[in-house]
Amino acid sequence: MTELDKPEDEERIVLTEEQLRARRARSIAIALALLALVILFFIMTLVKGPYMAPRPI
Amino acid sequence: MSLVTEGADYPGPAAAGAGVVYADVSMAGVGDYLALLKPRVMSLVVFTALAGLAVAPASIHPITAFTALLCIAVGAGASGALNMAYDADIDARMVRTSQRPVPKGKIRPGEALAFGITLAGFSVATLGLMVNWLAAGLLAFTIFFYAVIYTMWLKRSTPQNIVIGGAAGAFPPMIGWAAATGSLSLEPILLFAIIFFWTPPHFWALALYKSDDYARAGVPMLPVVHGDMTTRRQILLYTLLLVPLGIAPWALGFAGLLYGVTAIATGAIMLLLAWQVFRERRPTDAASRKLFAFSILYLFLLFAVLLVDNGWGGLIR
Repeated sequence: MTELDKPEDEERIVLTEEQLRARRARSIAIALALLALVILFFIMTLVKGPYMAPRPI
Repeated sequence: MSLVTEGADYPGPAAAGAGVVYADVSMAGVGDYLALLKPRVMSLVVFTALAGLAVAPASIHPITAFTALLCIAVGAGASGALNMAYDADIDARMVRTSQRPVPKGKIRPGEALAFGITLAGFSVATLGLMVNWLAAGLLAFTIFFYAVIYTMWLKRSTPQNIVIGGAAGAFPPMIGWAAATGSLSLEPILLFAIIFFWTPPHFWALALYKSDDYARAGVPMLPVVHGDMTTRRQILLYTLLLVPLGIAPWALGFAGLLYGVTAIATGAIMLLLAWQVFRERRPTDAASRKLFAFSILYLFLLFAVLLVDNGWGGLIR
C-alpha cells in the first residue's frame, strides 16, 4: 500500500516551521561540508599526481 | 540528521487537525554540532600539531599539510563529541559543563555518538589515504585513547585520570611530525613529553578552585580524593619536571636561542606561580586561577616560538 492509498484519517507526521528550519540548516551544512571535501579530494589528487594508489587500479 | 531511536514511539502533542502528529525530531542547529567538537580544544590541538609538522625536517606540500591539519582537527573534534556523548550525566551535574548541547537536550547522546564515530572514521581514513598511515594510526590511537581509555575508564575511576589521559592531548605534535616525515624520532617525543607534563599542573590548578563542581559530579579529581595539600604538592613537582623539558628543545639543538630565552623566562614564571599555589590556602584561590590562565599562555608561547624559530619549517619551501 503506497502513501496515496492510505485512508485520509490515518495519522500523518508533520514538522513545525522551527523543526523544518533547523533541519534545513543542518542539511545545508552537511552539503557544504561534502562539497568542500570533494574539492579537497580533487585538489589532493592533482597534488599527489597519478601514482597516488599503491598499485595500479 | 537525527538518529532518533525512541522517536517512533514518542507520543508527541496531538495537533488540532485530525490525524496530524508532530514528530520529535532534532532541533539542534549547526552551532550545537560545532559545540560538540570542543572548538577551543581543537584549536590547541591544531596549533600543537602545526608546530610538530613545521619543525619536522621534511618538505611537505602546503595542501598536504592543510589536509593533515584538517584531519587532525576533525579527529580531535570527534574525540570531543564522543566524550560529550559518554559524559552527558557528569556534564549535566557540573556548572562548568551544564550548557553543553547534550545536557541541554539539544542533541541526544546517541546522536553525538554517531556524529563522533563518523567524524573519527572519516578523519583517520582521509589522513591515511591522503598523507600517510603512520599519522593516521597515531590519530586513530589518540581518538581511542581519549574516548575509551580516558573518558570511559580513567576519568571516573582514578585521581590520576588527567595524568594518564593527558597523553591524548600530547599526541598531536607527534601526528604532525609523522605526517611530514612518515616516521618518529626524539624531537616529537620531546614535544609529547612537554604537553604530557604540562597537563597535570594545568588541570589540577583548575580542579583546585572547581573541586566542589567535580565533587558534585562524582569525578575523582585529585583535590576531591586526596585534598588540597597533596594537589598543591603534585602541581609543584610536575612543574619542576615540566620546566627543564620545556627548555630541552633548545638544549638539544633543535630550537634556537629565541626559543631558549622564551622557555627559560616562561618556565621561571610557571615555577613562581606553582610555588604560590603551593603556599596558598583556601578559600583564597587567586594563585590557582593565575597558574591555570598562565599555563595556557605558557604552552602557546612555547609552541608559537618554536614555529617562528624554525622559520615555519617545511610549510614554505
